[in-house]
Amino acid sequence: MSRVEIMTGNQAAALGARLARVQVVAAYPITPQTSLTEALAQFIESGEMKAEYVRVEGEHSALSVCIAASTVGARAFTATSANGLLYMHEQIHWAAGSRLPIVMCCVNRGVGAPWTILNDQQDSISQRDTGWIQLYCRDNQEIIDTVIQAFRIAEAVYVPVMVCYDGFVLSHTLMPVEIPDAERVDAFLPPYRPHTILSEADPRTINPVMFADPRENAAGVLGDGYMEMRYKLAGALTEALKTIQDVSDEYARLFGRNHGGLLWEYKTEDAEVILTGMGSIANEATIAADILREKGVPAGVVGIRAYRPFPVEAITHAFRKAKSIHCLEKALSYGFAGPIYTDLRAALYGSGCEAAMHDYIASLGGRDIQPDTIAQVVFERVIKPEADGRFHAPLWINCRTE
Amino acid sequence: MPETLFKINAKEYILPGNRSCQGCGLSLAYRMALKALREKTIMVIGPSCLCVLHGLYPSTAVMVPGLNTTFASAGAAASGLVAGLRALGRDDETVVAFIGDGGTFDMGIQSLSGAAERQTDFIYVCYDNEGYMNTGTQRSSATPLGAITSTTPLLAKEEHKKDLVRIMEAHEVPYIATANPAYPIDLYDKFVKAKKIKGTRYLHLFIPCPPGWGFPPKDTIRLGRLAVETGVFPLFEIENGRFRFTGRSRALAERGHKIPVSNYLERQARFGRMTPAQVQVFQQWVDRRWEEYVRRAEADAKHFSP
Repeated sequence: MSRVEIMTGNQAAALGARLARVQVVAAYPITPQTSLTEALAQFIESGEMKAEYVRVEGEHSALSVCIAASTVGARAFTATSANGLLYMHEQIHWAAGSRLPIVMCCVNRGVGAPWTILNDQQDSISQRDTGWIQLYCRDNQEIIDTVIQAFRIAEAVYVPVMVCYDGFVLSHTLMPVEIPDAERVDAFLPPYRPHTILSEADPRTINPVMFADPRENAAGVLGDGYMEMRYKLAGALTEALKTIQDVSDEYARLFGRNHGGLLWEYKTEDAEVILTGMGSIANEATIAADILREKGVPAGVVGIRAYRPFPVEAITHAFRKAKSIHCLEKALSYGFAGPIYTDLRAALYGSGCEAAMHDYIASLGGRDIQPDTIAQVVFERVIKPEADGRFHAPLWINCRTE
Repeated sequence: MPETLFKINAKEYILPGNRSCQGCGLSLAYRMALKALREKTIMVIGPSCLCVLHGLYPSTAVMVPGLNTTFASAGAAASGLVAGLRALGRDDETVVAFIGDGGTFDMGIQSLSGAAERQTDFIYVCYDNEGYMNTGTQRSSATPLGAITSTTPLLAKEEHKKDLVRIMEAHEVPYIATANPAYPIDLYDKFVKAKKIKGTRYLHLFIPCPPGWGFPPKDTIRLGRLAVETGVFPLFEIENGRFRFTGRSRALAERGHKIPVSNYLERQARFGRMTPAQVQVFQQWVDRRWEEYVRRAEADAKHFSP
């Protein structure tokens, strides 16, 4: 039977990994991910969870361990934040290129320098182009459910999944969480079947050097070149759009909770002003939307759950009636704009959506952002709308810009 | 000696035709190592000469399953294989990382140290060709003093080689050995022994490299022997803390007739610009280390004997 307990986001993630019957954990502690790795150590040492825990000497090694363990056929999990994620960068590419269904929690934190231990999303956004699926959670219930779903998704398309949630805002905040029943999770998530078996019966050298062009092997069979393998990875990410939605729908049927698959929407039926974002800030935007509605502005929220693959079709549908779009971003492509803004503009171009688009940089390095502030800045833009659809540099909220 | 030769596994694990250079010391050492390791071996390979020897997709010259990993991660990748195999109940397989000096002395030292400190149950082999040979003979921290490399092209390397064996010994691993393809039976025996031991085992292989060091491919064995005869690369093993010379080095230590290092240096173009003073510094460095080893061997023989 499922039961409800009060727990932090990190505890929810650890429980999710335990329910997913992870076989190998490798992690290096970093704030604010730390209590997640501690919880897993507690589970494994106490015997509540049967897994190997490799207490590595750094994050690069953490993901290296997961890559090798996943290659040999074990379900592998890791978690990190900020500079730990950046230190893994080489291996993040390697895991996706190896088509390994590893799941990693990124407990989002701002990136140094200067040091901050507090939340924004610059860490996971900077790993956008590595070939991983990225899912963003808005509360602790979504974290436990998404970690379980992530293994189903990853093992269906052989692409690793990064489950992202905001450091401290979720990782250290207590919320009631319904813990799914273990037997039903087992039915939902069958054991992992690796795509390659490392065995002397069929000796293979995994991930060797490639030539530019396809080549025949000793038996005369034409193998892929590097480019074909990369094309297949790109195709797997596209295929994952359907997988993410299907897995979410099936999970909703079995467990009664639907976090929206690719996107979630709040009061969008009649909304002309749509706020959007990822993670906890998108949740906050729902309160801002209510405040705006009190002021007579027909506002709603589209929360982006799947950032990679970017759900262009779902986005086009969700924003089709918008007159203005307001992107709340905890990351920035320095020298340009926020990542959601740039991706949304690209996705909506030519779709018939004529909405004016506004970009807001908020909450970097843990700077507080309140729903009424969000409502205020959106309101100011709505009553003085920019008539054209041209690119406009982002507005930094709650920041001394003078 | 012939008795041992007949015991060597006749099976070949490297198919005829691979991409190593003519006279490659690595291909000789790897062939003997795989014979000694036999079946149920999984190899971790770094981006190195061995990666090239294994073959370019979709062909491989090696009949042992191998996992390529990034430069810095061999120790961690091996740890992951060991953990994964254990989680799956496959506990009769031996994980071996076979990594160059760049991936060991330099970029890979962190993950190697981590794996050794955790006493990960695997064999780590450093095949030391004393530089980044696969990328075209750049200096590594395993390059000896006086060697010209493509990143020390005019002045030659001004520092001595890092003593990695001593670093590994500080991890209190159960078995450490040095070996050299010029002494294949000694090398074979050490791999056979290493396979039987639990915990982290470290083997350091001296790998003469004709193009990187500048000597004719026919002289690989000669160079390997001269490195031992001069005391530049002594053959030994350290088993649970006990140091013991093996093979030719034991004979040299007992009879005290190692030959001057100039015999070794003068056959390699990389040492072509060494001054007599530098040769003397090199000789003193070799002598000091050799004497330490001899004292250690004598002390350990007394300390560990009943």
